[in-house]
Amino acid sequence: MIQSVFGKFTKWKILKQLILKDVDTLIIGSMGIVSFISFFVGGVVSIQTALNLENPLLPKNLIGFATRQSVILEFAPTFISIIMAGKVGSYITSSIGTMRVTEQIDALEIMGINTYNYLIFPKIVSLSLYPLVICVSMFLGVFGGYIACVYGGFSTSADFIEGVQMDFVPFHVGYAFIKTIFFAFALATIPSYHGYYMTGGALDVGKASTVSFVWTSVVIILLNYLITQLLLT
Amino acid sequence: MIKADNISKSFEGIPILNKISTVFEKGKTNLIIGQSGSGKTVFLKCLLGLLETDSGKILFENNPLKKMNTKERSVLRQEMGMVFQGSALFDSMTVEENIMFPMQMFTKKNDAEIREQANVVIKRVNLINANNKLPDEISGGMKKRVAIARAIVMNPKYLFCDEPNSGLDPKTAILIDNLIQEITDEYNITTVINTHDMNSVMEIGEKIIFLLEGKKAWEGNKDEIFNTDNEAVTNFVYSSNLFKKVREVYLKK
Repeated sequence: MIQSVFGKFTKWKILKQLILKDVDTLIIGSMGIVSFISFFVGGVVSIQTALNLENPLLPKNLIGFATRQSVILEFAPTFISIIMAGKVGSYITSSIGTMRVTEQIDALEIMGINTYNYLIFPKIVSLSLYPLVICVSMFLGVFGGYIACVYGGFSTSADFIEGVQMDFVPFHVGYAFIKTIFFAFALATIPSYHGYYMTGGALDVGKASTVSFVWTSVVIILLNYLITQLLLT
Repeated sequence: MIKADNISKSFEGIPILNKISTVFEKGKTNLIIGQSGSGKTVFLKCLLGLLETDSGKILFENNPLKKMNTKERSVLRQEMGMVFQGSALFDSMTVEENIMFPMQMFTKKNDAEIREQANVVIKRVNLINANNKLPDEISGGMKKRVAIARAIVMNPKYLFCDEPNSGLDPKTAILIDNLIQEITDEYNITTVINTHDMNSVMEIGEKIIFLLEGKKAWEGNKDEIFNTDNEAVTNFVYSSNLFKKVREVYLKK
C-alpha cells in the first residue's frame, strides 16, 4: 500500500486542494479539542503533584518541574496521539470506508486514478504538520499547570516558573517531536488501511473505525516504547 | 468493440464464470442479464479490469487487457465511462464538480473550458437547476443522470452500466434506459449494461447475453428473446404474468 501511495501521482492542482482540505480537517479541526484537553490535564497534573508533595523539605518548584516533564515527555506527544487516533483516525477510516462501500473508490479506479495516492498521500502530507499540534499541546499543558498551581494556591508564580526552567534538557523536546513524527505517520496510514480495505456495508464502517482506533493506539504505544528505549537509554 | 474469449473466473475454487465468449459491439447497447448470483457483476468487473480472469482473454479493439502494462491500462480506463448501481457520486462535490472532475484530472483545459464542457453534458442529460446541489440533495433519478453525465464527459469509447435503473420508478427507469441508448447512438460507443430489469431488455436490448450459473446460456436481441425456446431464458424473462402476456400478444402478431 505504502509503495502505491508514492506511485503514480495525482495532478498537483487537485492534490494541493486535497492537502489543504485535509490540513483544515485533520490539523486545524483538532486544535480545539487538543487545546481543551491539554490545558485541563496540565492543570490536573500540577494539582496532583502539589498534593503529593507532603514533605515540607521538598521545594515547591518541583510542581513546575514535574508538570513540564510529564507534559513534554509523555502527555503531549503520546496521550494526545492516542486521543487523535480516536478523533482523526476514526474520521479517516470512516471517510475512506464510506467511499469504499458506496463504490466511490471503484469509480476513481475506473477513471484511471491511483486511488492510494489520491486518498492517502494528502493525509500523510497534512499530518506532517502534526508536530505543530503537539507544540500547542505542550505549551497549553504547562500553561494549564501554571494557572492551576498559582491560582489554586499551591505555589507562587516564581516557584512554578523556576521549576519549569530547572534542569531543562533541550533534547527532551527533540525526543518528543521525533516520536510525534512517527505517530503522525501511524495516524495517517493505519486508519487509511482499515478504511481502504474494508468490506461490507454501513455497519462495517463503524466496526472498521473501532478496529482502526485499537490498532493505531497499539502501534503508538509500541512505537513509544521502542523510541524511548532507543533515544533515552 | 470488446471481445470476451473463453473467460473463466473462480473464487476459492468455486467457479463463478465458466468459459464465456462473446462480442460487445460498437454503437450497440449490449445487455448482460441473469439471476442474482449468475456471475453478471463478476463478468462486468472482469471486463473493467477490476478483477483478473483465471483464463481466457478480454480484448479491447483486439488489444488483450492482460498484456497491457499499467500505463496502457490507465489510458484505457480514461476511455471508459462507468455508471454504478448506487451512482457512486463524490458526496463532497456538487453536481457540476462531479462532472468536471474527470476533465480536471486528465485534461489540460482551463476551468472555464471545463465548466463549459460540463454544462453541455449537463444539458444533454436534462439536468435542470442542479449544478450547485450536492448529491444528497437530489433524487435517485437525477443522481443517475449525473452519473451518466460524468461517465460520458470525457467522450469515452466504452460505457459500462451496473443496474442503471435499480431503485427507480418505472417512468424514470425508462427515461434512463432511453437516455443510455440515445447516448450510445450519438457517441457511437460500446455500451455494456448489467441488468435484471425486463423493461430494459424489451426496450434497449440490441444485444442480450443471458448468464446461468456462470455460463453463457443464450445470446440474441430483444426481438429474438420473444421467439426463443430456450427454457432457461423463458423461465427467467417471462417469470411474471405481465411479461407472459406481453409475449403472447407479440407472438400472436
